[in-house]
Amino acid sequence: MEIKVLGPGCANCHTMEQLTITAVKELGLEAKIEKIADIQEIMKYTMSTPGLVVNGKLKHSGKPLPSLEKVKELLKAEA
Amino acid sequence: MLDSFASFITYRLLSISQGSRLGDSLHFFIYDTIKIFLLLTVIIFAVSVIRSYFPPERTKKILSHKKEFIGNILAALLGIVTPFCSCSAVPLFIGFIEAGVPLGVTFSFLISSPMVNEVAVVLLWGLFGWKIAAIYLGTGLFVALIGGFIIGRLKLEKWVEEYVYKIQIGEGQEIAQQVFKDRLQYAKWNTADIVKKVWPYIIIAIGIGGLIHGYVPQDFLAKYAGPQNPFAVPIAVALGVPLYSNAAGVIPIVYALMEKGLSTGTVLAFMMAVTALSLPEMIILRKVLKVPLLAVFVGIMTVTITIVGYLFNSIL
Repeated sequence: MEIKVLGPGCANCHTMEQLTITAVKELGLEAKIEKIADIQEIMKYTMSTPGLVVNGKLKHSGKPLPSLEKVKELLKAEA
Repeated sequence: MLDSFASFITYRLLSISQGSRLGDSLHFFIYDTIKIFLLLTVIIFAVSVIRSYFPPERTKKILSHKKEFIGNILAALLGIVTPFCSCSAVPLFIGFIEAGVPLGVTFSFLISSPMVNEVAVVLLWGLFGWKIAAIYLGTGLFVALIGGFIIGRLKLEKWVEEYVYKIQIGEGQEIAQQVFKDRLQYAKWNTADIVKKVWPYIIIAIGIGGLIHGYVPQDFLAKYAGPQNPFAVPIAVALGVPLYSNAAGVIPIVYALMEKGLSTGTVLAFMMAVTALSLPEMIILRKVLKVPLLAVFVGIMTVTITIVGYLFNSIL
């Protein structure tokens, strides 16, 4: 599974990354997590950061951040 | 009912005598805290439901290829309800320009969004009454409208970084369909998220207010920075521009200044300068705007906010 966390590097984006790492660990998934800060790359998916992209599909964008449970749900749907 | 509850706690439960300074301050603190948290929860929840209808993707569509002026008005209004995190300013800006939103209209949105929002309005309403909240809302929209309109008229597109016009936007940006239950769920999250973030500032503001209310004479600062001092507004704006805070963070300062007798126009101008303009925001926007455009932006905003401050000092 390929996961991308989109965000230029604010507090929210950092939290989003931590949530994703925790969710992947707790679900025991095999996943490559990539942090995307490049604006051109982000714009391919969304203009509201932070964003979560799983296997090339945008799963979440903007505020408020999803809960850990919600992230797990989103990841499970793609697993 | 709130009043009698606050009285019950202060005068009966803690048996502090009525009319004493401590009693007055505590009564005020309890009453205001409950009132503001009730207001905050109800209004943020309502705004969040409205907000769920206007994700940035939809706002972008509404504003794309709009005529000037009408576009500026719409952008200022949409700025109130469209959610965006300050770090999204750059992708949002690129997305808007790419979708054919005129530059001036984009600026109206960027100005209004951090400055005029439900948190600012509720806090002003709860602490100073609905009139001040309405004035802030009205003039905030006006500043966003005028600021964006002038930038649009000046035709400054050449001072936007060239790469902005070249970025290709992906297809995967359709707006997710939501049923009403999802919107309520979103509103619940958003309300909890915001209340969690702003409550310490509110407690500090009311705490300061309570102390000042009971102990410091009302016209403490009025002697130096009241309406008769012509430099009060420009000084307040000049202090506010480099400072950065969201609406909630600046409220304790605003409250203290207002309670100590600074005039309404001066304080509102200060609050607008703090929320609308800031050094970190300029650094973020520098990624998409060249320095002359940034300077024009800061200049227009400073002047407009100062005028608004004077205007209110003269009529209130």
